[in-house]
Amino acid sequence: MTPELKGFIFFSVIRLLVIFTGLLVSVAMLTLVERKFAGWFQNRTGPNRVGPWGLLQPAADGLKNILKEETRPGGANQTLFVLAPALSFTPALCLLAVIPLAAPLPVSVDWNLPLIGRIVYDGLMPMSITELPIGFLFVLALSSMGVYGVAIAGWSSNSKYSLLGGLRASAQMISYEVALGLSLIPVLLMTGNVGFSEIIQRQQDGLWFVAPLFLSFFLFLVSGFAETNRLPFDLPEAESELVAGYHAEYSAMKFSMFYIAEYAHIITVSAMITSLFFGGWDIPFTDWDEQGGLLQTIATHLAFFAKTFFWIFFVIWIRWTLPRFRYDQLMALGWKVMLPVALTYVMLMATALWFIDAIAPDASTLMQALMLTGLNLVFGAIFFAVLDRGRVVRGTSARPVPTTVHPEA
Amino acid sequence: MAIGVKVLPRPDKGVSYVRATLKGMALTFRHLFQPRYTMQYPEQRSTDDWRISTRWRGTHRMLTDEQGRSKCVACGLCPQICPANCIKLVPGEDEHGNRFPLIYEIDEFRCVFCGYCQEVCPEEAIHVGVHYENSEYSRSRFVYDHERLTAQTHPVSTLWDPADPKGE
Repeated sequence: MTPELKGFIFFSVIRLLVIFTGLLVSVAMLTLVERKFAGWFQNRTGPNRVGPWGLLQPAADGLKNILKEETRPGGANQTLFVLAPALSFTPALCLLAVIPLAAPLPVSVDWNLPLIGRIVYDGLMPMSITELPIGFLFVLALSSMGVYGVAIAGWSSNSKYSLLGGLRASAQMISYEVALGLSLIPVLLMTGNVGFSEIIQRQQDGLWFVAPLFLSFFLFLVSGFAETNRLPFDLPEAESELVAGYHAEYSAMKFSMFYIAEYAHIITVSAMITSLFFGGWDIPFTDWDEQGGLLQTIATHLAFFAKTFFWIFFVIWIRWTLPRFRYDQLMALGWKVMLPVALTYVMLMATALWFIDAIAPDASTLMQALMLTGLNLVFGAIFFAVLDRGRVVRGTSARPVPTTVHPEA
Repeated sequence: MAIGVKVLPRPDKGVSYVRATLKGMALTFRHLFQPRYTMQYPEQRSTDDWRISTRWRGTHRMLTDEQGRSKCVACGLCPQICPANCIKLVPGEDEHGNRFPLIYEIDEFRCVFCGYCQEVCPEEAIHVGVHYENSEYSRSRFVYDHERLTAQTHPVSTLWDPADPKGE
């Protein structure tokens, strides 16, 4: 094994350990953050008993869940019942692997380490576990895997509530996945690439994609909520109807794993929004962060963290504000609003990009972004004006009520 | 025959979704910065705004006279009026003809805390108390005997007075 290969493997393993541990700790802390914000939104204090300000609450919860008795429903399909939490948990944790968390760090080392031997690394080290060329396609593909965990959990539990929850979850996730995927096509059109580094690079040159691709951002945000099964789209676990939905029969650590998956999804969706629409690790109004160096890497990491945390906060904020959709409203929103709007938007953006290219072939990235921003202001205004009138997602009373079911009888 | 589906008359024209959502989010966001109402219970048992009502009907207390003897004369009115039948009273009589309870037990698990025993007591002996921390390690400990009832020190309930319905 050459020293270069050893260096590559060595630093990959280190990144893997650091990012994975960081993700798991963040997930644990996120349960506390969510409960704290839940309290603050309701003029309460939130958990504050375990450790200072309740900071050890996740550890206490984890310990409790590990020590709790595990119940298995009698008629359950045991194999799938055990497999389902893992199927939901593993893809959720893998999602973050491709998202760059900071500016790449220039590294030049030639070390002689005990046991390993000589390692050499020379060049820019990406601040993600791996820099896959397929970029966000990887995230889309893996997040689709999450639906298996939920559907199998619902089916294998041998419980009507679980089954209904699982059915709802699979229908919902598949419906919104279409809009989720389509909402990212304008990003691909703008960048010409699906890799996160290229997308972030493009946003540094021009504007953050939230401005030139505003509707993409909105569609992605809404579909992202549906994909994470969070309120207002948490029909799979609608407590009032389905006990706890697909994980009603789970207990102890298996139950916990569904929660870890949910919170990992929240982190991933927030990190995706940050990377795709808010410049990733980019610090706005300065070129200093692109020069490369340890300080820049730390600063950009903090910028990324701050942006991601804002979106995590936003997810929590929405959860404690909006009520749950009714099921037909959810489906109507997915198929009658999200999908057509996403399709139309892809066409409009493609045309706009082609048009800008035709009339101003040598416009800079920034100019192009500014022109698209103007266009998006118009589209956004129309879209929100129509959505606001509630012609699609509306109450039952708006629909004609059949006066007779069997008129001939 | 039509199936009777109840459709609530909800407003359809003039409703808004986006504006209503934004309004709701602004409302919840304001709540982030409002004062918290949580009382940190074991450390803090009352605040300036809130303290336990003097009319609270909690676990019982038997009052005593100046010599420290129970005021109870075992007249039998409290077991008679008790709707939950939770008071057990066996009367006794000493050599001067004074009646006293040989056995006086209240099963606090059966008790519905109506306060009738306090109202009916001619000697103002048995009272319901302003007290709410009653954990025990065994169920049998919830049958309070006479000795235990006399040993309680918590304040007694003032009950509801028809002449002063607000307790002022």
